[in-house]
Order: sequence, then C-alpha cells, then structure tokens
Amino acid sequence: MADSGNAPKPSSSVKLVLLGEAAVGKSSLVLRFVNNDFQENKEPTIGAAFLTQKCNLPTRTIKFEIWDTAGQERFASLAPMYYRNAQAALVVYDLTKPTSLVKAKHWVAELQRQASPGIVIALVGNKLDLTNDEAGSGGDGESPGVDGEGDARKVTTDEAKTYADEEGLLFFETSAKTGYNVTEVFTAIANAIPETSLKTARGPGAAHAAARSEEQRVNLNGARDQNAKDGCAC
Amino acid sequence: MADEIAKEYDVIVLGTGLTECILSGVLSVKGKKVLHIDRNDHYGGEAASVNLETLYKKYGNYAQGTEPWKEYGRLNDWNIDLVPKFLMSSGELTKILVSTDVTRYLEFKQVAGSFVQQGSGSKATVAKVPSDAAEALRSPLMGLFEKRRMKNFIEWIGQFDIKDSATHKGLDMSSCTMKDVYDKFGLEAPTKDFIGHAMALYQTDAYLDVPGGAPEAIEHIRLYGNSVARYGKSPYIYPLYGLGELPQGFARLSAIYGGTYMLNTNVDELVYENGKAVGIKATMTGVEPEMKFETRAKMILGDPSYFPDKVKVVGHVLRAICILKHPIPNTSDSDSCQLIIPQSQVGRKNDIYVASVSSAHNVCPKNYWIAIVSTIAETSANHHLELAPGIERLGKIEEQFMGPPIPIYEPIEDGTKDNIFISKSYDASSHFESTTDDVRDIYRRLAGEELVVEGLREGIQVTSEE
Ligand SMILES: Cc1cc2nc3c(=O)[nH]c(=O)nc-3n(C[C@H](O)[C@H](O)[C@H](O)COP(=O)(O)OP(=O)(O)OC[C@H]3O[C@@H](n4cnc5c(N)ncnc54)[C@H](O)[C@@H]3O)c2cc1C
Ligand SMILES: Nc1nc2c(ncn2[C@@H]2O[C@H](COP(=O)(O)OP(=O)(O)O)[C@@H](O)[C@H]2O)c(=O)[nH]1
Ligand SMILES: [Mg+2]
Repeated sequence: MADSGNAPKPSSSVKLVLLGEAAVGKSSLVLRFVNNDFQENKEPTIGAAFLTQKCNLPTRTIKFEIWDTAGQERFASLAPMYYRNAQAALVVYDLTKPTSLVKAKHWVAELQRQASPGIVIALVGNKLDLTNDEAGSGGDGESPGVDGEGDARKVTTDEAKTYADEEGLLFFETSAKTGYNVTEVFTAIANAIPETSLKTARGPGAAHAAARSEEQRVNLNGARDQNAKDGCAC
Repeated sequence: MADEIAKEYDVIVLGTGLTECILSGVLSVKGKKVLHIDRNDHYGGEAASVNLETLYKKYGNYAQGTEPWKEYGRLNDWNIDLVPKFLMSSGELTKILVSTDVTRYLEFKQVAGSFVQQGSGSKATVAKVPSDAAEALRSPLMGLFEKRRMKNFIEWIGQFDIKDSATHKGLDMSSCTMKDVYDKFGLEAPTKDFIGHAMALYQTDAYLDVPGGAPEAIEHIRLYGNSVARYGKSPYIYPLYGLGELPQGFARLSAIYGGTYMLNTNVDELVYENGKAVGIKATMTGVEPEMKFETRAKMILGDPSYFPDKVKVVGHVLRAICILKHPIPNTSDSDSCQLIIPQSQVGRKNDIYVASVSSAHNVCPKNYWIAIVSTIAETSANHHLELAPGIERLGKIEEQFMGPPIPIYEPIEDGTKDNIFISKSYDASSHFESTTDDVRDIYRRLAGEELVVEGLREGIQVTSEE
C-alpha cells in the first residue's frame, strides 16, 4: 500500500520506540537517521508525533514508524502504551554516564517483561565522539579526545557488549553528532525483524494483513486516514 | 532535576483520568504550557486498567500469603478496567480521538453485541437490541402488532427534523414529552423500556415526563442508530488493551505539544493568593532523593480526589468485577457485549449494566471473559442484592471483586472564583458521553469559550517526513 507501484518489493511498517534516560541522545539519533542533521541543545519539535523513515533492504522495504518519547521519560512518566506492540526498540545510554547504562538495563528488563515476544532490541551507547576512539571522533577537531586528553568514556565497550550478548541484544556505539554508526543501527534492526512479525504489523499498513481475528478492528479515521497515508507515503 | 520544572505554567493538571488527559491534550495543542501530575505510579487514576494482582490487592479478597492471581495465566495479559464503559462509535469521544489524531496510538475493535433484558428471574429473556426497522421486525422482544408500531417509530426517527414541523406528527416539540411521542405511536410499556434504556441509554425514567424533552431523546436514539450503522453489530467500540489506553493516548498528545508529565508526585499544598489558587507545593517520590518543588500556574484543574473540601457526593455506584471462563449466556457467544437490564424490569429506579470484554480485546488471556456489573445504589445496605439481577445473568463466576459503594463527586463551585476547575467522577453510565460533556463544560468554564475540536491540529501539525 505504501509502495508507489514502481517499487515491487514488499514493504511493511514497523513500530520502533526509543527508550533510555533523558539527554542520552535519543531524539538526536532519530534526527540524524531521518534528516541526517544534528543540532546542539535544540528542543524537540512541538507537535511531531511520529517520524517515519524507510530502510531499503535487498528483498524488502521496512518503513520505520519511529516513536520518540515526547519527553515523558524525564520524570519517569513514560506510559506503557508507548512501547506496547513495538516491534523494535532502541535502548540508548550515554557512554560517558554509567548511570545511564543502569537505566538502559532497566528498560531492557521492562521490555522483556511487557513488550511483544518477538521484539528486536538494540542497545546503543551514544556520544562516541566524546571519547578517544578513532571511529567516533569524526576528526572535526572539536572532539576532546584527539590528543589523549579528556576522554570522557565511562562505560567500556566490553562491559556493554558482554551484557548485550547475554541478553541477546544488538549492540552499537554511535555518535548522533558525527553520524557514526547511526544508519547501521537501523539497518541492523531492519534485518533482524523476523518475517512473521511483519505480518502482524500494526497500523493501517497492516489492516489487510491476515492476522488473528482482525475482522472486528475498526478504522476510526475512515477516508481521512487514507489521505494522510498517501500524503506521507514514501 | 527540579530545575527542569518551570517557575510558572499556564495550567497545572492534577490526576491522569480521561477527563484530565483530554483537557491537557487539548490545552497543550492550543499552545498552553501544561504541567500534569499524578500521585500514582500509573496513568488513569480512577479510570485505569489494572492487572489481576493489582485488582486482588485493591480489593483484598484473598488470604495473606497466597497468590491467587498466579492461577490465571500471564499477569501482563490482564488489563481490567476499574470503570466499565464503551465508546459510541459515532459519539463525542470518537470525534475527539479522530480530530486530535490520538487514534494513531490506539486500536479499536467493535463490541460484538448490545442486549437488553425483558422480565426478571427465571422468566427473563435476553435479546439483541434492534437497531433498525428490519431488526425490529425480527425481534423476539415484541409481539406481531407491536413490531409494526416499532418499525413505524424507527422509520419516523430517521425522518424527524426539528426544523420541519411537517415531520412532528402534529406534536408541539417545544412542550410535548417523550411519553407523548411514544403514545402517538401506541408503543407498549416494555417497548418504551428498551427504547429509552437500551437505545437512548437513559438510566432512569425521568426523561419520559420532561416537557420539551422529546428532541433530546430522539437525538439519543439517533446516536445509537448512527453508531450501529457505522460498523454493524453494536453501537460500541473498545480500545485494545483496555480503557486505560485512552488517558495515556491523550497524555502523549499533550507531551508531544510540550506538556510535562510527572507521576509519583504528591501535591502537598495548594498555594492561594487573595482567595485564588496560584500554584502548588509538591513532592516527587520514587526517585533518590525525593524531589520537593514549588511552581505557579494561572489555573489548576483536576479530579475530585485532589480537592476533598471542594466537592460534594451526589450518589454512589455499585460495581462488581467478575472473571468468567465463558461468554455471558444468551448473548450468541459474543466475545464482548453490553447487557442492559432496565430498572422497571427488576423493580428498581436505576438500570443495571453488564459490560463484558475478553481476550479478543487483549484484556485477558484466552478463554477468559471479564464482566462488570454496575448500577446506582438505591439502598444503604445489601448492595450485593441490588446487583444480583445482573450477577445472575453471568453463569459460573471464577472470581468476583466487589468493594463498598463508590462515591460520585461533583465540584461545589464552577471554579471561576478560585481558579480551581474540578471534574466530576465517572458516573454509572455505560458510555463516555457524560465524560465528554464534562470535558466541554470544564473547558467552557476555564477558557470562556466553547471547545471546538474539529480541525484542532490542522495548521499546527508538523509533517513527519520530507
Ligand atoms: C534534540 C532534538 C530532538 C528532536 N526531536 C524531534 C521529535 O521528537 N520529533 C520531530 O519530528 N522532530 C524532532 N526534531 C527535529 C527538529 O526539531 C526539527 O528538524 C527542527 O525543529 C527544524 O525546525 P526549524 O523550523 O528550526 O528549521 P527548518 O529550517 O524548518 O527545518 C530544517 C530541516 O528540518 C526539516 N524538518 C523540520 N521539522 C521536521 C520534522 N518534525 N521532522 C522531519 N523534518 C523536519 C525541514 O524540512 C528542513 O529540512 C528534533 C531535533 C533535535 C535537535
Ligand atoms: N557530543 C554529543 N552530544 C550529543 C550526541 N547526541 C546527543 N547529544 C546532545 O545531548 C543532549 C541531549 O540529546 P537529546 O537527543 O535531546 O536526548 P534525549 O533526551 O535522549 O532525546 C543534546 O544537547 C544533544 O545535542 C552525541 O552523539 N554526541
Ligand atoms: Mg528527546
């Protein structure tokens, strides 16, 4: 339905949520992925419920419906509705802040308890540009770590990677600022989404999917929603 | 963290019930700076949906040291509404959901059937409420001649136009009563009963004798008919995972438009200046250390529990939440339904409502049903007897949760004097029309204008993609 005719590849919508402590860079990662942009200390856009971005794989197209937290994580007030039915989650920590990894582990546990069984979870250590690592520092001279001074890393790659492996999570270290590894996270998630969970994809894109007892589902938006979908069909 | 709370907001909202969340959503979209607080660790207040463990603990009906909820499948599969209601598919709440785009976060399913009881005890019949002329002709609720009269009545309801006196059957709509209208069609008492109570959804018979009250009753019957016509089966829809999703959806709307959310936060004091509320002192718990803060606002709104000395009790609701392993008998094995027992059928003044949902709505594991029986208290003791006619309809009950009568509160004043705007408690009605009336009423009081939801987000909405 989202395909415009000339693209014969199957396309499915996937609900992806972001979780993690406030200020670890969740919104910035999305902005980098969707707009290839980064803005220091910018308040999120008011009124943006969703960002969507396509991910083209060799055999199919995944359309991420990305739910940002809208700031509700700031005072520990994120609604369970937010991560309900999510097929993918980016659990983000700030690798310069160990407490944010503790928080990330809480979120992983919460997802394993509450979320859909087949959910794909990626653990993401963000702000790699603040470390000495070759890869993340981006070489724009702004990075504090170039000459060995001020390496702000507080969470080792090993520690996080070991934990991610134990829990069966994808694992990446990224920088929303330089863009390092950001697209890779989303592509890896897209690749990891099982075919079967695509069949039960939520949202209007999945309305005609033959999922369990769909017949009574109602589309409140009727024709209006159809237009909206056409408008943003990618 | 406390420095992230602003010194002043336009509105502070207390309690995350549906009424409060719709209002903070709407106010945020309109550009108001909102701080929304709840003392609980979850959204929804009185209108939350909870799991079975929480329900057992709330009602305390189990032996110390036992964990009866463990016999009922996965705990997280349970989302039991504390307040049973359905949405009318052409009703106000549906309109608000659509015009605010909150439909994006929620999925709805039809309620499979709407039923009404005639007679009582062992002679009771349970039958589908007819929603159009054709169904009226097949209904076991009426005899042959009465069916004809009902068909005429339903067809007339469809043609009725308040502005065209030719459609008024010679009645003066400004002064006649609904009883006059029924009499014009020669409808019998049991028919009036199911029209008034199962279609117009009046909870008592007071509507019958209101001079000039006919157009309103006709409007109610039409809402029922239009709602059925929208998806078939029944006029009701219901959100997957329970009603608790509704306040969460509106809270997200508010947050997306800049609203700040704080759960686990106690209001220690309302701050007044010259008799007007100007702010709060509060403590957020669940964080180390506790966070005390103080902030100001031009107005404060919230549910009755935050303002015990500013509300009065106007009645009590009786409610029994029952877990079943089968659908309600005589409802065609519906995965969900509403059954209305009109008051006159069982010698009461107020109707008894039975609302049932099941795993089809992701509110419980497979092969379970949740049925909630409710009515307005008419006695001061023996409340279980008042609910008995409804309980009798359920067949075998695995577990029953019934607490003391639940008080229904209303604000004493309208809030214009002290800048405190208080919502009403959820009533015993089976749908949300009175909740949205309250939303409109509070909005009018605090904003001094009518709430227009149509096109609310147009022109403000940011497109989500290049
Ligand atoms: C920390 C942070 C969090 C953010 N969180 C969100 C968020 O939760 N949801 C969200 O939608 N955006 C979010 N953004 C996106 C960002 O707010 C917008 O790109 C920015 O507001 C652009 O608006 P402008 O009017 O200043 O600039 P403009 O010059 O109008 O826009 C700059 C570019 O961004 C594009 N753009 C503007 N708004 C959006 C948008 N909402 N989505 C996609 N592209 C856009 C424009 O088309 C243009 O290409 C976030 C940005 C940052 C830095
Ligand atoms: N240096 C650096 N700063 C970042 C990075 N990602 C985000 N930030 C900054 O961290 C702050 C919080 O980011 P934000 O995206 O709002 O975090 P959120 O609260 O998790 O959504 C902002 O000031 C960002 O500019 C990054 O990769 N590197
Ligand atoms: Mg953010």
